[in-house]
Amino acid sequence: MSDVRDSWRKPPMIANPVLRWVTILGIAAYIVWSVATLPIDWQRVAEGLVRAQRIFNGAIPPSFERSGLLIDGFLESLKIAILATFGGVLLSIPIAFMAAGNIAPRPIFYLGRAIIIIARSFHPVIVAIIFVKAVGFGPLAGVLTLIVYSIGFVAKMLAERIEEIDFGQVEAMRAAGASFLPTLWYAIFPQILPRQIGLTIYQLDSNLRASAVVGIVGAGGIGATLANAFGRYDYDFALAITMVIIGVILVSEAVSGQIRKRI
Amino acid sequence: MNMPDMDRDDWSRFTPRQRLARYGSLIVTLLVIAWSVTSIDVIWAWVWGAPSQMGDLLARMFPPDPSNLPSILEVLWETVNIATIATFFAVLISLPVAYLAAQNTTPNRATLWLGRFILVSSRSINTIIWALLFVAIFGPGVVAGIVAIMFRSVGFIGKLLGEAIEEIDRRPVEALEATGASRLKIIVYAIVPQIMPTFWAVSILRWDINLRESTVLGLVGAGGIGIILQGAIDTFNWPEAAMVLLAILALVILGEIVSAMLRRRIL
Repeated sequence: MSDVRDSWRKPPMIANPVLRWVTILGIAAYIVWSVATLPIDWQRVAEGLVRAQRIFNGAIPPSFERSGLLIDGFLESLKIAILATFGGVLLSIPIAFMAAGNIAPRPIFYLGRAIIIIARSFHPVIVAIIFVKAVGFGPLAGVLTLIVYSIGFVAKMLAERIEEIDFGQVEAMRAAGASFLPTLWYAIFPQILPRQIGLTIYQLDSNLRASAVVGIVGAGGIGATLANAFGRYDYDFALAITMVIIGVILVSEAVSGQIRKRI
Repeated sequence: MNMPDMDRDDWSRFTPRQRLARYGSLIVTLLVIAWSVTSIDVIWAWVWGAPSQMGDLLARMFPPDPSNLPSILEVLWETVNIATIATFFAVLISLPVAYLAAQNTTPNRATLWLGRFILVSSRSINTIIWALLFVAIFGPGVVAGIVAIMFRSVGFIGKLLGEAIEEIDRRPVEALEATGASRLKIIVYAIVPQIMPTFWAVSILRWDINLRESTVLGLVGAGGIGIILQGAIDTFNWPEAAMVLLAILALVILGEIVSAMLRRRIL
């Protein structure tokens, strides 16, 4: 009885004490070292604060004088998002089938997965820069960029859904002697359609959001308007644009959430 | 199945009403797409030229030029550091914010709205836009990038953590309250253990996302590999740009592997 402890300690996450302390010290050393070596020029920061104050003074109150430009920019962003979602979803369907392990033969499976990984790895801004160089400034580059962005997400999620389908229906169709296309149409599509619609709406929402960013590097839409306003030191107009972007994103998030809940 | 249906020799999957709704939404979708296609300000000749333009660009990128690899690897490491440090501090900051933004732990309504406001404004402004602002303050360089990613991540981590706090089991909290434990002790012993798994999962996920985000910071002058990419593209040095893209690809895939491994070990 005497060795019953009257205090209790949480068991540590890493049982081996040596490994535990080496890990903790290693992480601490890394953080301390990397923060300590940060090149912070405090004088520059002090100047920057003055500059930031000037920016904010210029930005407040926001100016909605050129609301025509603002609306045009948003309509363009909306069109970019719609076309990119449409194109991206259309392309995602075959790619998702290629990347579904239970349907595609091995080599095609790897090709499909590779397309998805590449589309997902690059930030849309990087993709946008390359498309702007290839096809010129404007909404076309934005649409192409967001198509790539949509493939990365929609094809990945859809491929996962295809891998989870009930295969009994496919077998039933095959047993009845159906060829590949009817099997696809009647046994697989009905099973993935609800997910597909949900993903499409989600992607429309996130494309609208991303279209504001890719515009900064010249790919059209409201981002281009914002970058121009910033470049011309029209901070009050830039703040107005930013506020409207935030408002639109909140509204579109709410709308897409509502629609997805109903499906 | 109802009896009347049994007599029919035709079967249809949808009622007429459902069919109307389906065709209706299809037509609306097509109309919206048609409106976008016809009114968007695109020079169509460029659209038809796009595949050959892209092919041309890819041909110029090949083969990638590894001669600049040492400096690419160096900024790649810088990129990792930006993502890691920013995630670390964002996690620290988002803990109190999450506490404020969760309905069941926030002291009062005003603090709840303060927490919510911080989360929404952080999430609604993209990293690039944050970076533009902080480059103006800190000057071009790593610091602006770290702060930009931090500001963006707080909203994401704080929101998910706040939701986790709202879903905790109340009973351990009540048990501690009954023993007269202080507020801090309640947090440490009743709330923290319950949200630990979410905490790690969210932090690792955000680190993974931040790795991607930090690859573009350089484009607005906020440090990381984007600077080299921008330089290569501006000088039309496409083989080097291809090398940088390959390096980013490798980094992101590696990050995904590491985060998957961490998730498996910790959770």
